[in-house]
Amino acid sequence: MIDPGYPVLTALIFFPVLAAAVVMCVRNDGVARTLTLWASGIECVLAIPLLRDFHVENVAFQFVERMEWVPSLGLSYYLGVDGLSLLMVLLTVAILPLCVLCSWTYIKQRAKEFNICLLLMTSACVGVFCALDFVLFYVFWEAMLVPMYLLIAIWGGPRRKYASLKFFLYTLAGSTMLLVAMVAFAKVGGTFSIPDLMQIEFSERFQFWAFLAMALAFAIKVPMFPFHTWLPAAHVEAPSAGSVILASVLIKMGAYGFLRFCMTLTPVAMAQFTPLFIALSVAGILYGGLICLGQTDIKKLIAYSSVAHMGFCTLGIFVYTLRGVEGALMVMLNHGIVTGGLFIMIGAIYERSHSREISENQGMGKYLPAFMGFFGLFSLSSLGFPGLNSFVGEALVLFGAFGADWRIGLLTIPGAMLGAAYMLRLLQRMAYAPIGQTPSPKGKGWADLSLREWVYLTPLAIFTIVLGLAPGLALRVVEPSVKHLLTNFAKRQSVESVLVDQGFRSPPSLFGNAHATETQRSAQ
Amino acid sequence: MKFDLFRLLPELYQLLLVLGLFVQTCAGREQQREAGWVPAAAGFGLLVGLASVILPDGAATEFFWGAYRVDALSQFFKLAIAMGFFVAVLNGWRKGPLDDDKRADYLFFLALSAWGLMLLASSVELITAYVALEVSSYSLFAVVPLRAKERSAAEAGIKYILFGAAATAISLYGLSYVIAGQHTTYIAELATRTWSFEATPLACIGLALFLCGFFYKLALFPFHFWAPDVYDGASNETAAFVATLPKLGAVVILVRMAALITPGLEVTTFIALLGALSMTVGNLAALAQTDLKRILGYSSVAHAGYVTLGLVAGTAQGLAAATFYSLVYVVMNLTCFWAICRVSGDGRNLKLADLDGLARRSPALALVLLVAAFALVGLPPTGGFTGKLYLLSAAWDRGYNWLVIVAALNTAISIYYYLNMVRHAYTHEPDGAPAVAAHPCSLAMGGLLAASVLLLGVAPGSIFDLALTASKALLP
Repeated sequence: MIDPGYPVLTALIFFPVLAAAVVMCVRNDGVARTLTLWASGIECVLAIPLLRDFHVENVAFQFVERMEWVPSLGLSYYLGVDGLSLLMVLLTVAILPLCVLCSWTYIKQRAKEFNICLLLMTSACVGVFCALDFVLFYVFWEAMLVPMYLLIAIWGGPRRKYASLKFFLYTLAGSTMLLVAMVAFAKVGGTFSIPDLMQIEFSERFQFWAFLAMALAFAIKVPMFPFHTWLPAAHVEAPSAGSVILASVLIKMGAYGFLRFCMTLTPVAMAQFTPLFIALSVAGILYGGLICLGQTDIKKLIAYSSVAHMGFCTLGIFVYTLRGVEGALMVMLNHGIVTGGLFIMIGAIYERSHSREISENQGMGKYLPAFMGFFGLFSLSSLGFPGLNSFVGEALVLFGAFGADWRIGLLTIPGAMLGAAYMLRLLQRMAYAPIGQTPSPKGKGWADLSLREWVYLTPLAIFTIVLGLAPGLALRVVEPSVKHLLTNFAKRQSVESVLVDQGFRSPPSLFGNAHATETQRSAQ
Repeated sequence: MKFDLFRLLPELYQLLLVLGLFVQTCAGREQQREAGWVPAAAGFGLLVGLASVILPDGAATEFFWGAYRVDALSQFFKLAIAMGFFVAVLNGWRKGPLDDDKRADYLFFLALSAWGLMLLASSVELITAYVALEVSSYSLFAVVPLRAKERSAAEAGIKYILFGAAATAISLYGLSYVIAGQHTTYIAELATRTWSFEATPLACIGLALFLCGFFYKLALFPFHFWAPDVYDGASNETAAFVATLPKLGAVVILVRMAALITPGLEVTTFIALLGALSMTVGNLAALAQTDLKRILGYSSVAHAGYVTLGLVAGTAQGLAAATFYSLVYVVMNLTCFWAICRVSGDGRNLKLADLDGLARRSPALALVLLVAAFALVGLPPTGGFTGKLYLLSAAWDRGYNWLVIVAALNTAISIYYYLNMVRHAYTHEPDGAPAVAAHPCSLAMGGLLAASVLLLGVAPGSIFDLALTASKALLP
């Protein structure tokens, strides 16, 4: 490993804060935009050591930084990445310049403050994926809400007040129980450090409550089926850069939380709740797909399709097979790229037509061929077209689901078909007006992609194709970590299930013995 | 008895300030306007307080036959009080609907109240504590109605006095039971007695009643009825003082008494219950308010509930958490009031709607308000979060799981009304409301306060350690 000469993760977290402070001193909006773009470029450069020096085979945390933070409470400033978080960190960092570029003309008022919010948002998101101290994680997890709230509330659409309030209340209310769980873990386990907590086996009863408290926060963030209502509202009202961050990074944190915390800290309780969460995931896939069929607003359609895609992601996690969890991670990455791309394009078309209705944007293929080319690529990928990146994740999740239980797999198949139905309907309308209807007349005057738009769409398109044809590039990074995670998960299950079996099967004469084991366990 | 004047420096200095102001109030009308020296003097008082925390090494000193004790805890609170007084004086400076010739009187009473609180911080004997409490209360009784041409201020003053008198009466009544039951009024000696209800029922009831006087200051349920009304009636600047500093006085005595209350005792359960009720009632009532000061009034009721988490824990960690949280509470509330007082240029009461479009009218003040509001919610990385984390950990340690869960649920309830303030400032259109004319210096001071709220969240270590050593010294 070549020493990069600076603490990589700290730099990634605090460089945007520094940049935000500099931008704050600038008076001119144009200068602020340029500065933010430069800063986002430098941020990407700072992330290069992560790509270069990450050891794929090593399942331990890498790039670890650890310092005392508040010794009286046992808090430490503890950062590190492994295969689960590396790709998400890279995605977060890579999305930033695209967000800056795509709001270059979209945001007309108070662009300086907007860019500051984007920078702070990136810093908090990177922090969430890197933090290895529970409190540090929570700090970033909550700190991210404020800039996101402001992004929606100030630069959002007509119903921005409603959407931003709902977003904030939902997510913050969900995570208050996470705070309680955190305090409880620290008291029972004696530390806030996540790698240390992972070594401890908690009593079953404790796991039950801790899992519920954490799962509520994560399920709202994902969002899983009955908790999803904040997402369409927030997506529709947010400015396009806000939607991109929301879709690409923010909702991935819920899934990441399930993998990082629930699977390692409360494996037994998680296994108990599996049927419920699989049911919710499948419900999310089907419900999201069905709702999409009825949408007339492009952005709302993509927002509900996110609910369906994240259903695939959580389904992959809760089947606990190698293929399933890998698929979940691939869905996280690819959904970030593709849906991010789609939201950027919706922002671009909105700048031209000032409407997000399908009927006002139909028949664009004739006037905006390059635009529709990109849009077609991302839509096809989104519906899981083989050879494009989203197919990989969905297929792996389906393998995993069939591997676990063929009935779950069977239930999910209609979801994949629904994906094709709603995306093709959207794509067809946008490219060619329906028979008997004329294309949107305003479209004639619109310009095709500008250079700026080419610049930010091309990388996304390249990733869409490359990761579709060579998914091994990403799978190679996650596989050792996922294997490690699943082995530990299975090991915990077997030890616990042996104990549980003892308790059930032991004859009365041995009851005392079993009882002793039970108390030993609860003492932990 | 060794009478080390140096150790009494903060309260002596404050007394000097009080006397100076007293002399000025006796002078002619013309001289009364010349009160420009007060903020500077209060600022120097902050330095004196700082010196008294940093310089002396360790050993506690007792005065007046053990009734008055200067230790780490008292110096910590004196510093906090000096800081709060400084900010409150600056906040009321050249502001408020008060005739210039009453300014010296106004400042005199504020200074006297702060002095009473400093005495309270060092009182370790119940009668001394009672006297100190009254010194600080009586001056506030006089200050609350000081709001020119406002009937409601007089009403608030009457309410404050009547509630205060009733609470005092209950408190004294309880004190008589404590004396009858335990035959001493020294907290250190009381700590060695038994406090189970079976053994000494009379003393237990007495203690609960005696604490009521301090719960009144803290605005803990069910002694909270005055808080929203008084904040509402008093001028913004007075409310900023009444809402913050007296809580410090109440907390310091409660922290000293908490050495008595170990978990599982009836008195402890009683306080824990009051705390839980206080949070819930305060937060629920605040949801329905539209007047900013009433919102903050109910929020102070809720925060009083949070502080009890540390008190019932009764460990050094818990007491330090309560101490730390009360300091954070004072800073974040003063920050919030700072923004409110600037927005309300003419000293009228503000509705939520008056904050509309603040982000355009004065971006800096909107940011200060945002930081203060999110700190009051308890959102990281502000001091409000760290303080709450300390409280929750301490309470969980001692088995008050239910109280921790109630507190967390209450955080969820409270988001709405704090967020509402931010929402009005950031998302609503100004609709022709004028830009806020605030002096750059006062914006800078607001920024400084907001920065300290953030600093208390990011690097609480050293200040918490101060509180921790102080509370470790309290426990046997």
